[in-house]
Amino acid sequence: MNDAPLFPLEGTHEAAARRIERLISNLLRAGVLTSLAIVALGTVVSFVHHPEYCSSPQAFQELINGTPDYPYRLGSILAGVGRFSGQALVALGLLVLIATPVLRVAVSIFAFAAEKDRTYVVITSIVLALLVASFLIGAVA
Amino acid sequence: MVGRPTLGRSGLMTPLEFTLLTFGVSILAGVFGALLGLGGGIIVVPLLTLGFGIDIRHAVGASLVSIIATSSGAAAAYVRDRLTNLRVAMLLEIATTSGAITGALIAGFFNTRWLYLIFGIVLAWSAIAMMQKRRERVTDVTHDRLAARLRLSGGYFDAARGKEITYKVEHTRLALALMYLAGILSALLGIGSGILKVPTMDLAMRLPIKVSSATSNFMIGVTAAASAAYFFSRGYVNPFITAPVAAGIVIGATLGSRLLGRMKSSRIRAIFLVVLIWVSFEMIRKAFAP
Repeated sequence: MNDAPLFPLEGTHEAAARRIERLISNLLRAGVLTSLAIVALGTVVSFVHHPEYCSSPQAFQELINGTPDYPYRLGSILAGVGRFSGQALVALGLLVLIATPVLRVAVSIFAFAAEKDRTYVVITSIVLALLVASFLIGAVA
Repeated sequence: MVGRPTLGRSGLMTPLEFTLLTFGVSILAGVFGALLGLGGGIIVVPLLTLGFGIDIRHAVGASLVSIIATSSGAAAAYVRDRLTNLRVAMLLEIATTSGAITGALIAGFFNTRWLYLIFGIVLAWSAIAMMQKRRERVTDVTHDRLAARLRLSGGYFDAARGKEITYKVEHTRLALALMYLAGILSALLGIGSGILKVPTMDLAMRLPIKVSSATSNFMIGVTAAASAAYFFSRGYVNPFITAPVAAGIVIGATLGSRLLGRMKSSRIRAIFLVVLIWVSFEMIRKAFAP
């Protein structure tokens, strides 16, 4: 069944590929853990600042249906983080999370470049360009 | 319907109870999402809208973040175990993303009822085809020329079988065409395309189910990131609602990704089929809903 290798791989290239896989894997884990830690911290801070969150059903209705008072622009998020606001910390953590897949595509371009795989450098760059394009279309629409 | 609490107790719920309950359910959603290569959306959206009466836009915002959480939470393990086929993912991602852009541009020209019906039928057909192909035989797959040129073949160590599995890829062109259509459909209906990615890789390209699942898992995160950024900039990502979803799913997906390698392929296929049939039924029901 797997008596012969299906694709000839030069030792050096494969070693390089494995190193890069490990690097990407660690990078992803770091990004996800960072975002998880910030989101958890923000949640705890929110509950500490607002003790009524533990007992008030009315607070819940305001949080889900009331006029949004949470930051969603980068400037206001960073300003909120400066004030140690729970909502702003959570928003920052979520932004880090949203950025991880995009970062992964970007890092993959370098990974394929290191493997001297020109075809996939091009393919992955197209994916990144399409991602940016679809974001711009979304922002305009 | 939407926007009104339908769960008896949700009117009396406190923020703390919401956070804890949603966190718990999201862990489960993350485990299943990571195993099957799907976002947690099919569990998270109904929980938030029907369970807690949360506005659909905020539920979708949370769901998009949950897809990324599933994808990134599971990714570290899948990349390390070589379950994700990065080449297949990038190639198909071109087709899906262009499809999504096309879909966004032509949105509004189609009757969604018909789209739901088409989507439901496609899923039902995929379920039947995947059921007929119950046993995996990746050894009799022959490379097509495009797959050979793009070096799409790969290999991974299957922990359940205790040996290295190598595989080839076929019908690359067909898969690209299907992924383009899947991108259009998911943009028009606002549905994650993971449910179409796995059958395409399984039936057309004939990848092992674990590779299909892990590769789809990577792709859904990339696709969702673009939409999530848009929802975020519009203020539809409510930190209070999204925090327990994202945290729970990251943890669940990390657990699920450790299970995938060790589980039997036939079992993963069976669970995926159940979900496929259920979603297909839901889509057809939506097509005929008053």
